[in-house]
Amino acid sequence: MQTEKMNLTEEQLETPIEITGSEAIMKGLIAEGVETIFGYPGGAIMPIYDALYDYRDHLEHILVRHEQGGIHAGQGFARTSGRTGTVFATSGPGATNLVTGLADAMIDSTPLVCITGQVFAHLLGTDAFQETDVINITTPVTKWNYQITDANEIPAVLAKAYYIAGSGRPGPVLIDITKNAQLQKFEYKGYQKCTHIRSYRPKPIIRKEYIQAAAELINQAKRPFVIFGQGIILGKAEQEFKAFIEKAGLPAAWTILGLSALPTDHPLNVGMLGMHGNYGPNVLTNECDVLIAIGMRFDDRVTGRLDRYAKQAKIIHLDIDPAEIDKNIKADIPVWGDCKESLPLITALLEKKDHSAWVNKFSECMEKEQVEVIHEELNPTADVLTMGEVIKTLNELTKGDAVIVTDVGQHQMVACRYAKFNKSKSNITSGGLGTMGFALPAAMGAKYGAKDRTVVAIIGDGGVQMTIQELGTIMQNNIDIKIMILNNQFLGMVRQWQQLFLERRYSFVDIESPDYVMVAKGYRIEGNSVSQRSDLSTALKTMLDHKGPYLLEVMVGKENNVFPMVPQGCGVSEIRLK
Amino acid sequence: MKQEYNLTIYTEHQVGLLNRIAIMFSRRKINIESLNTSPSEVEGIHRFNIVINETEDTVRKIVRQIEKQVDVLKAYFNTNDNIIWQELALYKVPTDIITEKVKVERLLRTYGARVVAIRKDYTIFETTGQREETDRLIKVLEPFGLIEFVRSARVAIIKDSKGFHEKLKEFELTEHQENIIDVAISEEEANSKIV
Repeated sequence: MQTEKMNLTEEQLETPIEITGSEAIMKGLIAEGVETIFGYPGGAIMPIYDALYDYRDHLEHILVRHEQGGIHAGQGFARTSGRTGTVFATSGPGATNLVTGLADAMIDSTPLVCITGQVFAHLLGTDAFQETDVINITTPVTKWNYQITDANEIPAVLAKAYYIAGSGRPGPVLIDITKNAQLQKFEYKGYQKCTHIRSYRPKPIIRKEYIQAAAELINQAKRPFVIFGQGIILGKAEQEFKAFIEKAGLPAAWTILGLSALPTDHPLNVGMLGMHGNYGPNVLTNECDVLIAIGMRFDDRVTGRLDRYAKQAKIIHLDIDPAEIDKNIKADIPVWGDCKESLPLITALLEKKDHSAWVNKFSECMEKEQVEVIHEELNPTADVLTMGEVIKTLNELTKGDAVIVTDVGQHQMVACRYAKFNKSKSNITSGGLGTMGFALPAAMGAKYGAKDRTVVAIIGDGGVQMTIQELGTIMQNNIDIKIMILNNQFLGMVRQWQQLFLERRYSFVDIESPDYVMVAKGYRIEGNSVSQRSDLSTALKTMLDHKGPYLLEVMVGKENNVFPMVPQGCGVSEIRLK
Repeated sequence: MKQEYNLTIYTEHQVGLLNRIAIMFSRRKINIESLNTSPSEVEGIHRFNIVINETEDTVRKIVRQIEKQVDVLKAYFNTNDNIIWQELALYKVPTDIITEKVKVERLLRTYGARVVAIRKDYTIFETTGQREETDRLIKVLEPFGLIEFVRSARVAIIKDSKGFHEKLKEFELTEHQENIIDVAISEEEANSKIV
């Protein structure tokens, strides 16, 4: 740990020392165990960067090419490491460039601390150069934010920021620090981590009565069905979850953010929920008698039409955030609390059960989907490559051990549907916000969060062009990620909707691409492009074996669609296979 | 069914918190009918009183979202039946007309008003009460040239509330607390009403 080198863990100094606000930030970051920062300097944050210069052996700073890239990298880092990501940006445009990432982290519950520079306190409200009201702009997209105008506040506020970002339901925190506070010398008394804020309750109290009621309901159930989300991963409750479903033989399906919390080949893993999820989990949602939702928030992409969603079932909802209970779906038994604590309590009361006949119904549905959708997607008879077969080939080579970072659109749905995962924290994607341009920078951060793992970014030809400047960051830091562009020469998901619902009126979805291999070459990143099935496996193997970053473009069918699909406004059981 | 709900929110006294709470409503396109911030019975704890016209379902959800905010300690909602509420109104009228044409003494008695200022050119009356009471005096004064009228936000006391002193002690506990308790959450608690 870097902190040992610096001997700067939590400390209370006997005699205060006089340091600048900026230096106090460095000491605080090290005390919080921060090792990696993604950021971009600018006028209003220069004192912090000046202090960072003295601490550059202890705090690794990755200079990104755009602040949006910085914050998505912070998110990728947080998602693979299970720790809080740290991001620096300057005032004005630097800060506003964080907004998309903050909104993404907010809706996907990703712990981040963003530190933005701000103009001198005496200039606040004067339309000073690069002044923007970042606190008010970011209020709806942060779990908490705070403006520091006096250096004396820095240690306590920083400690609060890390505590809030990482505890309870995690989320992004933004600290805006005026330049005078960064420069100001003050009496530093040491750094103490925050463990309690009186107005903040990260975890609701678990009520035993509901634990009992939930266990009883599950014990009586004939057709219980578990649906789980990222709460399992954020709560580091993968083992507790596995023990829970295994004891009572409960079939379990995932939301895309829950993906990888349970290994793909686990016998009780019955697949993906939602709009492009598997047939069984969608249809059988409306046939189960008890629906057990864990660490998920009944997003509209999961539920389809609410008034046709699981009307026959009793609903048990486990969540750490009380505001999620009854928000979209009324819970019969609300189990407020941290699932790492609540799941074992329920498991202890469960009877050992075998629901194999019911679990078989999922297998039957999967066979139907296999015949009507999956077989052709993974083993196409047409000449053009499908996204599905690319993912299948990747699975064969990585054996499910890679971290897969996806962007947004058709390739994302295909990757989530077909990628194999053995380990948790392996599927990184922008779920709630659906941020195109997320994957390339998030993959950089994902690599720093899991340095010993293979990281593959799978990106469409639309999304990659939104944040392609981050190739510069990858080049400069030799970030060993594998960039796979699935190019169908369209904004594919919008085109699919236009085809299915808007009489093929392809309004502005025809997007041209540069020569990606040439672009990569310009950034001194090796690359290749393939369009033939016979070249696919070798090309993927070359990519994975390459030491250092590599870009592979795969030309896929232009007008392939992702199925199954629950059309918008339909119930989950109205899922279409074609 | 939409009706008036009174939200009582206990918070830390923080810059920016008013905005964080206000955007909860504007995001959902809900108009705030009345908003008052003031100190509470506990030193250092601030109290918001917000009135909106909404369905119970929406109000419950919004109260949970508000309570989730880091600087919010507790949020409650109540219908008008469960609270005692008052608003204060000020009326500015020309002194000469009013002294000439109105029996001021009787007016004050009838409408429970009092005089808070008399100047050569204007007089200011004040009433405290519910909406109908403060509205009635406007009607009476209009013919005599009401110059200015202003009404405060609503302040409300929850009938069943035991106040926040005891509650705060729970919030301030820092040592390890039992995180699992035997009882289920009561209906009242689920509704975020004071018990």
